[in-house]
Amino acid sequence: MDNLEYLFAAFALAWAGAFAYMLFTARKQAQIKRDIDQLKQMIDKG
Amino acid sequence: MLSMLLISFYRRIKKYFLIIFGTLLMLAHLYMVFIFVPTDAETGIIQRIFYIHVPLAWIAFFAFFITLIGSIMFLWKRDFKWDRLASASAEIGFLFITLMLISGCIWAKPVWGVWWVWTARLTMSLVLWFIYAAYFIIRAYISEPGQRARFAAVVGIIGFLNIPLVFAAVELWTTQHPGMIIFEGGLTTEMKLTLIVGLVAYTVLYALLLKDRFVLKNFKNELNQMKNLVTGG
Repeated sequence: MDNLEYLFAAFALAWAGAFAYMLFTARKQAQIKRDIDQLKQMIDKG
Repeated sequence: MLSMLLISFYRRIKKYFLIIFGTLLMLAHLYMVFIFVPTDAETGIIQRIFYIHVPLAWIAFFAFFITLIGSIMFLWKRDFKWDRLASASAEIGFLFITLMLISGCIWAKPVWGVWWVWTARLTMSLVLWFIYAAYFIIRAYISEPGQRARFAAVVGIIGFLNIPLVFAAVELWTTQHPGMIIFEGGLTTEMKLTLIVGLVAYTVLYALLLKDRFVLKNFKNELNQMKNLVTGG
């Protein structure tokens, strides 16, 4: 019984899901950085 | 001298310790799943999905347990940091329960001949998925922070009450889904060891993801407060 493609699919999907979430977190982090820069500009302008 | 060197080395890597430890565990787990563990005599190589399916389920349930704690603490203390912890953990739990359901479908196809069967455990797992989907819909649609956190906390608590039913489903109703083979002695020592390494590796991954997400949510909250101060909002 050889179902290697199913085994790889299950592992690949689990890893892809975890990486997608890390990417989502990284994008949120970048968004916060942009917000901080925007706030800095607002404070500088007075 | 050696102890001083070790302490100095630990201080240097302390910040990255969990990442290094988690990566090593994940690599060890992959090695064990694909090379170390013996192939199951009955179902063959596809049984190895078990070593990722169970850790995914464990992390989903553990994450929802943290959501439960955060939800109860928010309703008790009315401190929004608990709401942020609950929602950060629910996000990760939702991701992992989605991956658990998908890996289960991939496992079911070659073994049962179909992607999905409406058995008790699968149905209860899907119900759990919908409850936490509702959790995020509530968070997205209620704009008032206090009301949003209260409603979400109630759903976070109710959602967790479904988890014992997911566990008990295989015992309460007739089902195709395997029972509690982990506790019934259906695994060899190598199988148990591979499963334990997987559980620890995915717990470390969960801890890293939760820390990151919680810290980001706290930053976002502080940033919004500062913005309100600057704009007078």
